[in-house]
Amino acid sequence: MHETMVAESLLKTISAESTKQNAKPVSAKISCGMLNTVNDEIIRFAFDAIAKGTPCEGMKLEIEHKPIQGKCRNCSETFEFEICRPKCPKCESEQFDLLPDAPLILEEIEFETE
Amino acid sequence: MKKIVDIGKKILIANEEYALKNSQFLAEQKKLCLNMISSPGSGKTTILVRTITELKDKIKIGVIEGDIQTDLDAKRIKATEAPAIQIETGGSCHLSAAQVSNALENLLISTLDLIFIENVGNLVCPSAFELGEWGKIAVLSVAEGDDKPAKYPAIFAKSKVLLINKIDLLEAGTQVDFDIERAKADASKLNKDIAIFPVSARTGKGMAEWYNWLEESVKNIRG
Ligand SMILES: Nc1nc2c(ncn2[C@@H]2O[C@H](COP(=O)(O)OP(=O)(O)OP(=O)(O)O)[C@@H](O)[C@H]2O)c(=O)[nH]1
Ligand SMILES: [Mg+2]
Ligand SMILES: [Zn+2]
Repeated sequence: MHETMVAESLLKTISAESTKQNAKPVSAKISCGMLNTVNDEIIRFAFDAIAKGTPCEGMKLEIEHKPIQGKCRNCSETFEFEICRPKCPKCESEQFDLLPDAPLILEEIEFETE
Repeated sequence: MKKIVDIGKKILIANEEYALKNSQFLAEQKKLCLNMISSPGSGKTTILVRTITELKDKIKIGVIEGDIQTDLDAKRIKATEAPAIQIETGGSCHLSAAQVSNALENLLISTLDLIFIENVGNLVCPSAFELGEWGKIAVLSVAEGDDKPAKYPAIFAKSKVLLINKIDLLEAGTQVDFDIERAKADASKLNKDIAIFPVSARTGKGMAEWYNWLEESVKNIRG
């Protein structure tokens, strides 16, 4: 259940930014790679629970999952890896490497200002 | 009025900072560190106990044990006379780099060649938390099914070695239908460089290739 830890870290960063901006946060965009094992529903649930009574209460979280990238050893093409079709789309080679998965990132926060 | 502020900050940065510190420390000390990840009960502790015992004269091994509760696994390691440190995560599904940093300070690193970290039994979450290890070892037992690399790609994509354990069950005529070739093919699709060793930690079959890989890796790290 590391979504709780992710939610806590998010709340901390967003709260600090909220104080700095002196504004109420209404939503945030998060991105992560497909191999990153976070579940959207659980993160939202955990975040809602710990945000109660803070300026972050009621915030919307938008979560984008970025595809895994493969790089062909034969023709150097970079492509979106699909587990059901593990081949280079350009030269059909099965010799490719998976590039490092995108990390979990807090991309942006939307605030409401007077 | 609405206002959008760009942040672009890694959410798990605190863990990454500890992981970096651990890997720098291990590199300076020239010690090999391996993070073992699998579902509960695939045989991680049994593999470690046999490995420690059979390599006793060649490689000095220490173990950091992660479990949600109890120090049972650390006790099994200590029975071999190898040093072991238990981390009880108290509900958390993975070890964190900060916990490992602490444990590394309490192991007598200078007396060791190789530090194993046995992560909490969980095929999913531990793969998202770097601990500062040199490599990950995935363990899959034949009782779990040969479709696991396809269903849980993250850990197989990131591991240096896949140990397919409990192969004695296939030979014992038990009703386990695990297709080793399928698991190998699926894991290799995700990871061209993964070394795959089918083993039985119970009978010792196949362990020699695993030991060769360990000895080579220890040598390379020592430089
Ligand atoms: N038949 C057979 N049984 C095995 C083998 N390796 C381990 N076992 C059994 O599998 C069970 C679980 O083994 P452990 O070594 O405790 O597994 P683990 O992965 O450390 O378990 P957790 O730490 O709880 O995740 C024990 O009953 C072992 O005796 C094997 O190669 N063959
Ligand atoms: Mg164990
Ligand atoms: Zn290609």
